[in-house]
Amino acid sequence: MGVANNSGSRWGLRALGLGYLSLLLLAPLVMIFFKAFEDGLAAPIDAITSPDGLHALKLTLLMVAISVPLNTVFGVGCALLLVRHKWKGNAVIDAIINLPFAISPIVIGLSLFLLYGTDGWFGPVLAEAGIKILFSVPGMVLASIFVSLPFVVRETVPVLQEIGTEQEQAASTLGANAWQTFWRVTLPAIRWGVAYGVVLTTARVLGEFGAVTIVSGSISGQTQTLPLFVEKQFANFNLPGAYGASILLALLALTTLLAMNVLKRKEDA
Amino acid sequence: MSAHPASATSAPAPRAGLRLPGVGAGLGRGTVGLYLSLIVLLPLAALTAQAFEGGLGTFWDQVTSPLAIASLKLTVVASLIVVVINAIFGTIIAWILVRDDFPGKAAVNAVIDLPFALPTIVASLTLLALYGSDSPFGIDIAFTRTAVVVALLFVTLPFVVRAVQPLLIEMDREMEEAAASLGASGFTIFRRIIFPNLLPGLAAGVALAFARALGEFGSVLIFAGGLPDTQVSSVFIRQQIESGNEVGAAAVSVVLLVASLLLLAVVSLIQRWGNRHERSGGGTGLVGMSLDLGAPRGGARNSEEGDDDGSR
Repeated sequence: MGVANNSGSRWGLRALGLGYLSLLLLAPLVMIFFKAFEDGLAAPIDAITSPDGLHALKLTLLMVAISVPLNTVFGVGCALLLVRHKWKGNAVIDAIINLPFAISPIVIGLSLFLLYGTDGWFGPVLAEAGIKILFSVPGMVLASIFVSLPFVVRETVPVLQEIGTEQEQAASTLGANAWQTFWRVTLPAIRWGVAYGVVLTTARVLGEFGAVTIVSGSISGQTQTLPLFVEKQFANFNLPGAYGASILLALLALTTLLAMNVLKRKEDA
Repeated sequence: MSAHPASATSAPAPRAGLRLPGVGAGLGRGTVGLYLSLIVLLPLAALTAQAFEGGLGTFWDQVTSPLAIASLKLTVVASLIVVVINAIFGTIIAWILVRDDFPGKAAVNAVIDLPFALPTIVASLTLLALYGSDSPFGIDIAFTRTAVVVALLFVTLPFVVRAVQPLLIEMDREMEEAAASLGASGFTIFRRIIFPNLLPGLAAGVALAFARALGEFGSVLIFAGGLPDTQVSSVFIRQQIESGNEVGAAAVSVVLLVASLLLLAVVSLIQRWGNRHERSGGGTGLVGMSLDLGAPRGGARNSEEGDDDGSR
């Protein structure tokens, strides 16, 4: 009952809400696909299969392949630490983990740029050792790890709290060691939560633009991920190229959404 | 990070549940501390050091240069407009997703998180195609301040919806029915009963959206551009980096960084307030959303534990 039993206000709210969503969400989504195929399939496909386009795709997948496993292992370990080991420092760890959510990607990029730059604290030492961080893959990986750091921790912590410790205690009473308990009891119980975090981490790394653009220098065919490729194509007035790469990213985003919804249902079941 | 002898054994203490497998808590904390320092803290320290390299005076001069001030003003004003619109429409959308029923509701609910999944640069490009000079709707707002607001509206859309939705689901309908039977109008019921219960979630969602809007870069870049009067702070910072003014870029970055820290503190206070509100029986208000800036849950799920895990 309450407010919405008046059918006039019900229809009004529905029209307002759905109208807003159509203009802000639905229209852009339709537009990407429309624009990419407006002038036929050739141009967008050419753009993606050009050497620079393929390199950008490979580099993007490399970012995912390095950052996501690292943040997943860190995330699960850190969540166990936060939930199962009371310590007064936990509040500090928790606060630091939330930082990447709130900090501008540009600020993250600049921070790495300054730390590893020629005048930075680490720059000269690493340069002498012949290790290149900026304008190359390691710097881009560091940026990707930074921006996607919190997801697995944040998704795993509530699930760990929910499952409690009874089954783990039973396992250890029966003689399982910590590793066995983790692999056979804890991990299966938290797997959907972890998987949800992994999906979010992947989506964030795939689409990261601001932080990576600062540390990579966005050199075509060298340090350009797909999002950077989109901007470069746009700047070079190659709109079909920009839309072609965009549609690839949009499809990945839709896959992510689908995965999120499937995992959500599994987790609630 | 001293090693904790009791937890270094592989057999966990009874009743404690699983300890970090294979490592003790001390080693675990050391690893986490090292990872966080290398990835997060050291870069931020380097940034702060650079900002104050020329002393406090230089820092202040950089932050108060006309262009820096203009960009900060635009960023704050646009973000404020954005969170007000978000508060209103986010609540309406959460409302129709929970209390209304229409064909395709599940699909609408699923698509709310699109802005978190779609790369920001793609969003910017698409918004330009939609609301630029070739707009199929005949609306051309590209490279204006309105474009800044629209881009920020897009990327921050899910925050309020996902923060308010679980509270609406949990809300006890009896109070509303009682008020209605006593003759309260729909608006009175909303103002006196529903709104106060939604407030903790709404406040948290608004704070998170504000933080995101302040730092947003990719979605604004192509659509609003970097013209003198459409330059938000993040775009300004990039231009300073490109023109070699690292101290100026770092100085404005520190301002944004401090704003982020303050907003995170505000969110954590709101959550504590929301939890206390619930415990004292003052209502069903419960901030179910953990500090998920990038990721409110796909559905409207309520985690009773909230986000206070770090404090125990």
